[in-house]
Amino acid sequence: MDFALTEEQRMLQDSVSGYLTNTCSIEIIREAAAAGQAHNTMLAQGLAGLGVTSILVPEDFGGVGLGFLEAALISESLGAVAAPVSFTSTAVMAPVALLNAGSEEQQEAHLPRIAAGAAVYGVAVTEQIGRRDSDGIQAADGKLQGQAMFVLEGMDADQIIVADSIGALYLVDATEVKKTALKTIDRTRSVAKIEFSNTPAELLPGSASSREPLLAMIDAGRVMLAADTLGAGQKMVKDSIAYAKERRQFNRVIGSFQAVKHMCAEMAAELEPCRAMVWYAAHALDAMPDEARLMACHAKAHLSEVGQFVARTATEVHGGMGMTDLLGLHYWFKRIGLDRQLLGAPELVREEAALAQGWL
Amino acid sequence: MDLAYNQQYTEFRDELRSFLETHGSESPPAHERGKPSSQAVAWQQKLIEHGYAARTIPKEYGGYGAEPDILEAHIIAEEFARAGVRMGHNGDNRLVPTVLELGTEEQKQWLIPPSIRGEMNWCQGYSEPGSGSDLASLTTKAELDGDEWVINGQKIWTSGAQHADMIFCLVRTEPDAPKHNGISYLIFTMDTPGIDVRPLVTMTGEAIFNEVFFTDVRVPKDQIVGQRGEGWFVANNTLKHERGGLGDPNQAESRFHDIVEIMKRETIDGQRLIDNPVYRDRLLKLQGKMLAMKFNGMRVLSHFAKDEEPGLPRWIVKLNGCELNHQMANMAIDALGELGVLYDDSAHLRDGGMWQQRYMLDLGLIIGGGTAQIQKNMIGERALGLPKEPKYEQQA
Repeated sequence: MDFALTEEQRMLQDSVSGYLTNTCSIEIIREAAAAGQAHNTMLAQGLAGLGVTSILVPEDFGGVGLGFLEAALISESLGAVAAPVSFTSTAVMAPVALLNAGSEEQQEAHLPRIAAGAAVYGVAVTEQIGRRDSDGIQAADGKLQGQAMFVLEGMDADQIIVADSIGALYLVDATEVKKTALKTIDRTRSVAKIEFSNTPAELLPGSASSREPLLAMIDAGRVMLAADTLGAGQKMVKDSIAYAKERRQFNRVIGSFQAVKHMCAEMAAELEPCRAMVWYAAHALDAMPDEARLMACHAKAHLSEVGQFVARTATEVHGGMGMTDLLGLHYWFKRIGLDRQLLGAPELVREEAALAQGWL
Repeated sequence: MDLAYNQQYTEFRDELRSFLETHGSESPPAHERGKPSSQAVAWQQKLIEHGYAARTIPKEYGGYGAEPDILEAHIIAEEFARAGVRMGHNGDNRLVPTVLELGTEEQKQWLIPPSIRGEMNWCQGYSEPGSGSDLASLTTKAELDGDEWVINGQKIWTSGAQHADMIFCLVRTEPDAPKHNGISYLIFTMDTPGIDVRPLVTMTGEAIFNEVFFTDVRVPKDQIVGQRGEGWFVANNTLKHERGGLGDPNQAESRFHDIVEIMKRETIDGQRLIDNPVYRDRLLKLQGKMLAMKFNGMRVLSHFAKDEEPGLPRWIVKLNGCELNHQMANMAIDALGELGVLYDDSAHLRDGGMWQQRYMLDLGLIIGGGTAQIQKNMIGERALGLPKEPKYEQQA
């Protein structure tokens, strides 16, 4: 029994974090935000070189064939620097969908491209989670009709994986759809409204009569978003502690006041167990199928709640500076804010947790 | 990440399970007050013989004499909880480890064998009316008169003093030394003349704590653990053992499942509580917190198993664990609604009033053993490296 990362897993996370710390500066984030360009190709190429996009792709398709725990460690590292780069949809949800439901031809066509970092994959699942406004997608004769909102990486995608009204999954060429950027508070990831008008779509055959591929893809996405929030939250706590040790008022550093010290302690106390929770949920995706859905729901919901607490408290510790663009802490506040709502807000996800344990 | 136990541990677990199946019915009731019954003493003896109590205490002091192994200890706790069988004890979780580490050979021979058999019961004389969180300011004094200490002063919050045979007690022996260096750790019997125990009734209606008054209590000079003036450091060794235990994630999980059962069983206006989305969402939020602490506990355990200091994941256990337990009791009470404020032996009382007791007692655990606020100071200062508050005297 050893509930801990292996040496290889620590090295992987160190190498990705090290690269990102040196590369993904606040200037890169500001540029991405100003330009509305949430997929920085320089970063994407660098990360692909480290094997990030090939993490879940089996070796037969040119990937490294590692697991969800490794993917979660990467997602945490990306959240920590608010990296403007597609990960959850391209490197995790798309390969999960293709591996669970794709035909051999589809796997051969797409998985090597994902592994090489040669394409961005969007994911459109609002038909199945949180349908709003006039969303709704119908499939007939290999064509899609309707609209999906909050499509992950929708603006930058080359291919989009789309769930229809019964939960079947389709691959759609992104040049065949109408895309409208949805400007969210978080400019480090892109979400889009996608409209389908008699759009040619390729069914992932394994999803035709089973919702499992859809659900497995969502479970994996949720754990990645939880890990992203973990990383962003850790960054905000770390910054708060550093600020509290440096900022002086009343001839003292403010971290010596219990009011401020206790805010820092509360953030650390809430967030630290989340690390173990993300590890466990990711490991469940890898190795404990009976627990995977429940743990993905709880990781997503719990990290959303703790993330929200940390984001507001860390901002308060920074006082007025916390609110400013000058400091830039708000990029993480907003990152956590978007993570919370995507792929199911906590209230909705907890209902799924109730379902997963037979309470409903 | 490896959540499986290797063969050595699965065999250990299997043996323990079959032991519990065969002998579990011999265990005394879960909650006994006062001195241990003869059934409890016999049960403890059986557990020691099989290595399920006093497991790592050396044979020469009456223990089982196994090498310390955190995973075995964890399996024992898990399996007893799973079987609903009362665990054994290690004499006293604070006194026995302290004497083992810091006591003289004579003290070990004298104190440890009867303590682990349950024939010598202890209370802890630390807190005083004027010294709670600031324990080191304590003023109960002991002065040497020939070969005896003469003790005068008062302790408070002394759990179980009315049933205890012995007390381990912090007293000021060096009034001129700085406060942390003027304290000694004395041990003496509770029937020593001059000790007056007055039960302190708490909000539950029961007397769990006591006030203990000392008037010219005479104690042999050698009944001290460590040297004169070292008592603070001896006691911190003791507190270290206590902090580990107050937020047990196994216990939290089993309580959580009890609450799920309540919510499936109890109805309001004909609807099961678990079918009410507002109550259900609150239950699910608690489940998220409980699971996070369970996995945090597995992480801490894995560090200990490798002789690593866990750091932050360990520092937060007392704060979060006690808060979680209280929130769960609170949830159970609210799920019971009006039934949750019934008390004593009222008609319609559920689970013998256990949740009402817990709702009140768990608040006491948030305060006792280092309050939540002291915990936050420790997390802030020791784990996060934030500076201490300047001393009031220094500011003036």
